[in-house]
Amino acid sequence: MNLNARIPSGPIEQRWDKARFDLKLVNPANKRKYNVIVVGSGLAGGSAAATLGELGYNVKCFCFQDSPRRAHSIAAQGGINAAKNYQNDGDSVYRLFYDTVKGGDFRARESNVYRLAQVSVSIIDQCVAQGVPFAREYGGLLSNRSFGGAQVSRTFYARGQTGQQLLLGAYQALERQIDAGKVKMLPRTEMLDLIVIDGKARGIVARNLVTGRIDVHMADAVVLATGGYGNVFYLSTNAKGSNTTAIWRAYKRGAAFGNPCYTQIHPTCIPQSGDYQSKLTLMSESLRNDGRIWVPLKKGDTRSADQIPESERDYYLERMYPSFGNLSPRDIASRAAKRVCDEGRGVGPTGLGVYLDFSDAIRRLGQKTIAERYGNLFEIYERITGEDPYTVPMRIYPAVHYTMGGLWVDYHLMSTIPGLFVLGEANFSDHGANRLGASALMQGLSDGYFVIPYTLGNYLASEKFAKVDESHPEAVAALAQTQSLTKQLLAIKGKRTVSSFHRELGKLMWDFCGMARNAQGLEQAAGKIAGLREEFWKNVNVAGEAGDLNQSLESAGRVADFLELGELMCHDARVREESCGGHFREEYQTPDGEAQRNDEQFAHVAAWEYQGPNQKPVRHQEELQFEYVKPVQRSYK
Amino acid sequence: MNLTLHVWRQKDVATPGKMVRYDAPNVNEHMSFLEMLDVVNEGLILRGEEPIAFEHDCREGICGSCGFMINGIAHGGFKNTTVCQLHMRHFADGDEVYIEPWRATAFPVMKDLIVDRSAFDRIIASGGYVSVSTGSAPDGNALPIRKQDSDLAMDAAACIGCGACVASCPNAAAALFTGAKISHLAHLPQGQPERKERSLRMVRQMNAELFGNCTNIGECEATCPKGIPIEVIASMNGDFLAASWQERPPVEIAGAG
Ligand SMILES: Cc1cc2nc3c(=O)[nH]c(=O)nc-3n(C[C@H](O)[C@H](O)[C@H](O)COP(=O)(O)OP(=O)(O)OC[C@H]3O[C@@H](n4cnc5c(N)ncnc54)[C@H](O)[C@@H]3O)c2cc1C
Ligand code: FES
Repeated sequence: MNLNARIPSGPIEQRWDKARFDLKLVNPANKRKYNVIVVGSGLAGGSAAATLGELGYNVKCFCFQDSPRRAHSIAAQGGINAAKNYQNDGDSVYRLFYDTVKGGDFRARESNVYRLAQVSVSIIDQCVAQGVPFAREYGGLLSNRSFGGAQVSRTFYARGQTGQQLLLGAYQALERQIDAGKVKMLPRTEMLDLIVIDGKARGIVARNLVTGRIDVHMADAVVLATGGYGNVFYLSTNAKGSNTTAIWRAYKRGAAFGNPCYTQIHPTCIPQSGDYQSKLTLMSESLRNDGRIWVPLKKGDTRSADQIPESERDYYLERMYPSFGNLSPRDIASRAAKRVCDEGRGVGPTGLGVYLDFSDAIRRLGQKTIAERYGNLFEIYERITGEDPYTVPMRIYPAVHYTMGGLWVDYHLMSTIPGLFVLGEANFSDHGANRLGASALMQGLSDGYFVIPYTLGNYLASEKFAKVDESHPEAVAALAQTQSLTKQLLAIKGKRTVSSFHRELGKLMWDFCGMARNAQGLEQAAGKIAGLREEFWKNVNVAGEAGDLNQSLESAGRVADFLELGELMCHDARVREESCGGHFREEYQTPDGEAQRNDEQFAHVAAWEYQGPNQKPVRHQEELQFEYVKPVQRSYK
Repeated sequence: MNLTLHVWRQKDVATPGKMVRYDAPNVNEHMSFLEMLDVVNEGLILRGEEPIAFEHDCREGICGSCGFMINGIAHGGFKNTTVCQLHMRHFADGDEVYIEPWRATAFPVMKDLIVDRSAFDRIIASGGYVSVSTGSAPDGNALPIRKQDSDLAMDAAACIGCGACVASCPNAAAALFTGAKISHLAHLPQGQPERKERSLRMVRQMNAELFGNCTNIGECEATCPKGIPIEVIASMNGDFLAASWQERPPVEIAGAG
């Protein structure tokens, strides 16, 4: 397998410029002769489809929701980073680059990260021009805040609805191209397979989720922007429909899967309340700017928060990380919460929770200021828990939030299958082993608005394309395979529901491949997942019919893929014998319990190659070079 | 608590539907409404019946996927709350709960509680954007915008496109939805160049989709989970009238020969 990342040479500041000059262009008159498929209409897919349409390509864009406006990106609350340095507080492209490489615990590719930081400034300009109503100061200029522990204020936001407003911007640009006839939108249509002909991605197999009809769609290139796979844990902050199916089936067609085990666990989510729970709700990280996190000093202290005197509280983040305190990075804050709960000091009915307390901030700033800053978040919290955070401290607990792993891509965002490009959370990403807050929106839009338009053009201009259509044997075979998979799922008629399997898988993943992992647990989990998968194919009960709107069937297909992916994640986590970012191996920690990287052996991307059903996949490595940011142990003390 | 549900069941667009009664035993007050339905559905699947189809995704009140009538009120009628955010603590043991899809000619029922809202997308496609292609934008701070205007734009832009406004309007009008987008862009300098064209095209598309006429009843504002103010309709009407007036063909000058 060829893992040539195609990184341009020269000084890092000039690489993207150089690449753009070296990339071949498609003659404007020829663009309409190329057909491009974009799967996904979130920030990454929506921005890509709109921009490719503007350039003149014929685009077909797919999403599984009823409208492209509903992609999971819509749920992002906090904000989007950009190295504008509007606040004159010392930010720069280089600093954003540096922070991202360091935040990712030195497991990201420097050149990609540098480009991301460079492009970040254009994203804000583009979104403002589209009419995205970013927060502003009284002077009329854009407002910024510091986010997720960054020491500069580089985060742009639109109340607590940044993802929504950015997505609506991209969606509107997309609708404009739909109106112009350049993009054909196929909502409620789910990609179920990738068609590879002569080694190139040439189309997809997709199911119309209303009629159940399965069709082949051919193209000259395929772009996947299908989001993250955090729902392999069943409970996560992701939307219910978020899934791995598109990238997983592409993996099974030969695309390498990069760092599948890198998962981000977000420290500030509303704790689980019962077994019926269907998802976890994120409470924006911005709350940590003013809230103080604590647990009782004593184990098993069941007094209510207001009965616990100051001297019997442990503000553990402030104690352990005095210089970053409550703003310590996500992975560190999450692990610390787990540790105090494991010690028996957790709060709330399940003992899996810590307090996020605003009483000091309310005393200092007044309730009015706090309401202005966080009013909508406090409302969400109260709606869900029935408790008023102005008077009772919030309870929070970490939850799965984001997956840094995904399909391996080179500098051009192309996977190991020529003509298959992967954008946004679906690729193995620029975030290394841990993503900084407000950087996913930035990456999705960077990939979609500013990178893929160039690199895809280069691919189309450099290749010759044989004429192929739906009758090509590869297309016919892929279609037949998908149809038979659907039939098979419906025919099992076993005794367990799809979601009971999904929950069981999620629990295994959370217990063994979650915030803390060890070799023995990972091996055990991999074995159990294989067993669960076997049971699934014998005993699942999928209701309804194939030729119909059938939500059980949709989720059955997705869970079937999660049951395979989960096992790969456990293998990946076991082989990576170090701790880095969100991947914490209990065997590899410093004496004071911090993650211990092993740069000598693991400063690489692990890229897994599929070998066939029930065969062990092969692990390849892309070595990472750190020419600019010297790896050091991350310290937030 | 134990509830009795009466749910609209319909196989597809072409087949007539009907209300069906289900028991929902042992409902926990911390469940969301959709989690309560999840549990009912698990039971149905194990009994070999088809689960109740309803649309949902984020379950955080922001994607606009979910939505149906609960006892005749869109999203159940709790202030600023979508059904995915509605918790069962608002119900009491023994309650009978009637659950039906949005009803509007422009939103045909596709299955059970799922309706086709693609008309909304077509309204946006007819002009709900600023025509700015990627790459041609000036610096984000090149154009200061009065904070108050930007805040008003954001109030309107908060629409999640769920369709509750249409469902709760006795005329099944889409004026709040369409007005929200027109008003969002009308409050910003970026929206000005296309402001007239936009209002003309979007309003015409809205009418072509068979939504009803707005007669200022205000049910839409009352049930909107995002609190979109009814002023956006006035703003739309203002823009539309002004634009249609200017669009009138020049009056022929009748000459006496
Ligand atoms: C609650 C929450 C808050 C967040 N807040 C922030 C934040 O403040 N700042 C930040 O930077 N990041 C944030 N993130 C992360 C960020 O929102 C996501 O990483 C990002 O939006 C992903 O965008 P995407 O375009 O890659 O994918 P998505 O938005 O997930 O879009 C995926 C698209 O693919 C489609 N799709 C998927 N599978 C298929 C298939 N098989 N066939 C057809 N279509 C398919 C879907 O329909 C959808 O259109 C947050 C995430 C969560 C969960
Ligand atoms: S499911 Fe997204 S708004 Fe209810």
